[in-house]
Amino acid sequence: MTALLPRRGLAQILALIVILAVDRVVSPQFFDLRLQDGRLFGSLIDVLNRGTPVALLSLGMVLVIATRGIDLSVGAVMAICGAIAASLADSHSLPVVLAAALGAGLVCGLWNGFLVAVLGMQPIVATLILMVAGRGIAQLITEGRIVTFSSPDLVWLGNGAILGVPVPIEIALGMLILTGAVVRGSALGLLIEATGGNARASELAGVGTRAMILAVYVWCGVCAALAGVIAAADIMGADANNAGLWLELDAILAVVIGGTSLFGGRFSLVLAVLGALIIQTMNTGILLSGYPPEFNLLVKAVVVLAVLLLQSPKLSGFAGIMARLRRTKP
Amino acid sequence: MTFKALFAASATAALLLALPANAAELTVGFSQIGSESGWRAAETSVSKQEATKRKVNLKIADAQQKQENQIKAIRSFIAQNVDAIFLAPVVSTGWDSVLKEAKEAKIPVVLLDRDIDPSGKDLYLTAVTSDSVHEGAVAGEWLAKTVGDKACNVVELQGTVGASVAANRKKGFDTAIAKHANLKVVRSQTGDFTRAKGKEVMESFIKAEGGGKNICAVYAHNDDMMVGAIQAMKEAGLKPGKDILTVSIDAVPDIFKAMVAGEANATVELTPNMAGPAFDAVAAFKEKGTVPPKWIQTESRLLTAADDPQKEYDSKKGLGY
Repeated sequence: MTALLPRRGLAQILALIVILAVDRVVSPQFFDLRLQDGRLFGSLIDVLNRGTPVALLSLGMVLVIATRGIDLSVGAVMAICGAIAASLADSHSLPVVLAAALGAGLVCGLWNGFLVAVLGMQPIVATLILMVAGRGIAQLITEGRIVTFSSPDLVWLGNGAILGVPVPIEIALGMLILTGAVVRGSALGLLIEATGGNARASELAGVGTRAMILAVYVWCGVCAALAGVIAAADIMGADANNAGLWLELDAILAVVIGGTSLFGGRFSLVLAVLGALIIQTMNTGILLSGYPPEFNLLVKAVVVLAVLLLQSPKLSGFAGIMARLRRTKP
Repeated sequence: MTFKALFAASATAALLLALPANAAELTVGFSQIGSESGWRAAETSVSKQEATKRKVNLKIADAQQKQENQIKAIRSFIAQNVDAIFLAPVVSTGWDSVLKEAKEAKIPVVLLDRDIDPSGKDLYLTAVTSDSVHEGAVAGEWLAKTVGDKACNVVELQGTVGASVAANRKKGFDTAIAKHANLKVVRSQTGDFTRAKGKEVMESFIKAEGGGKNICAVYAHNDDMMVGAIQAMKEAGLKPGKDILTVSIDAVPDIFKAMVAGEANATVELTPNMAGPAFDAVAAFKEKGTVPPKWIQTESRLLTAADDPQKEYDSKKGLGY
C-alpha cells in the first residue's frame, strides 16, 4: 500500500477534504444518498460518476507523463472510440462493440507510440497530430451528426448499476486496480520511471526504453477508448464535435495535481485519480453553488492554483505559508 | 487557383454557349461555412431541395470553416458570372473588398444565417437570418401561457458563455417572462450547447432543488442540452414532460422523438430553410427589380407535442442533423 499511496499524498487528501467541506457549505444536501431505481443517487455519486472519464484518462496519462511524454490526443481518441461504439451498438453484441472501440484506442495509442518511440518525435507534437486529425476521423464516422443508439447493453455501461454503484465508477476502480497491479506489482513501474528519469542511462542499463514508451502510449489509448465508450453510453449517443473536448487538459491537470512531475521519473496512479476527483468535486460544487456561469472558469483557476501552492515544496503546506508570513512581519 | 478559376469560368461559358439556358433559370453560388454542426448540414441539404424545387442551378462551395476559402469561392463565383451569390459568413468582418468586387460585377449577394459587420450594409442585397432574441421570447411566452397563474420555478440551461446566440436567447426569454410574476428563473448555468453537459448540469439542478420537487420547468437554449437534461430527470425518477415542463430551441429530430415519447413539451424551430426566402428575394429582384428589405427574418415556429411530432421527426431525420 505504501507504494500506491506515498506520504506525499497528504496535500491532495487535504485539498479534497477542504473542497468537499466547501461543497457541503454551498449545498447542504451534498452528502445525502438514497436509492433511486436500484441505483445510488446523490451529489457524491455525481462527483464519482462524472469524474470517471477524466479519472480513466489520467490513469493512462500519468504513465505517459512518467516517461517524460505527454498525450494531447486522448480527447480525440475518446471521440473516435465513442463514435465507433455508437455506430455499432444497435447491430452488434456488446463484446464486439467493446472490442472494436478498445481496438481503435489501441491502434491510436500504437500510432502515437510509434511516432514518439520509433521516429523519435517530440511527444507534444506527435500527439498533436492525432488530437487534430482524430476529431476529424470521429466526424467522418458520425458524418457530423450525433449518432444515437438504444442498445440496452451499451446503455447499461453508462447508466446501469451493480449493487447500487453506477457501472462507470466500478469500471474506473477496476482499471485503477488493474493498472496498479501491473505496474506496481512488477518492476514495470520502476522501468517506466527509469525511462522518464534518464532514457539514455536506462537504455545502457538494459531497459527496453522503446518498448516502455510504446507500451504507455498504447495503454493511454486504451484508457481513452474506455472513457469514450462510457461518455457515449452516458448520453446514449456519440457527439463527435464535443465528446472529450479539452479533456486532455483536465487529464494532464489531474496528473499534475496528483504530484506527478511533467519532467517524468516518478508517478502515482492513486494520486492522479485523486487529482481527477478533486477537479470533479470542484466542478460539481460550482454547478450546485448557483453562481452565474461567467464565474465557473475563474473559480476553477483559483482552486487549482491553491491546490498546487499547497503541494509546492517551497511553501510546503499551510504551516509553511504561516511560518513565512510570521517571519516577514517586522 | 487563378488558373482553376479561369478554367472553371471558361468551362461554364462553353456550357452556356452550347446549351442556351431557360431565361427564368437562375444560377446561384453558395459559399457554405462547412460541417460545423448538424444544423449546418441540414441547411445545406434544405438549400439543395429548395433549389431543385425552383429549378435553380445551385453551386455549393464548402469553406471548411475558413474565411480565405470563402473569399476564393466568391471570386470564383464572380468569374463564373453567376446570377447571385449566397454567403454564410464564418466571421463577421473582412468582407469589404471581396463584396465590392461582387458589387462591381453587378452580382447581388445574400447573407444566410449570419450577419456581417455593419460597415458592409450597402454591399449586400439582403440578409436572411433568424432573430434569436425572438426565439427566446417565443419559448418564454409558450411557458407563461402553459403555466397560467401557477407559481413556477424555472431552471435554465444556457449555451456557451460569450456566444451571442446564448445571450440573445436568454434575453428574449427573460423579457417574455418578466411580465409574469409567477414565473421565476431560480437557477441558470451553462451546458455549453452539448448533451453531456446538459445532463451533468441538470443532475446538479435536481439535487440543489430538493430532488427536482421545486422545479416546474426547464428552459434550454438548444435541444441537445434538453435531450441530456431529459435523461438526467428520468434517472432521478422524475417524469420530464409531466412533472417538469420542457421548452427548448432549434427543433432537431431527437427532440421530436422525446415528444413522441411524452418526455418533451415544446421547441422553437431555428429553420434550416434560409435559402428558400433568399431564392425568392433574388428572383423578385432579377425579374421585377424589387429591392427586398435589408433583413428578412425567418419564422420561429413553435412546435409542441400537439403538432404531430412523429411527422416532424420523419421530415427532419434525413436532413443530416
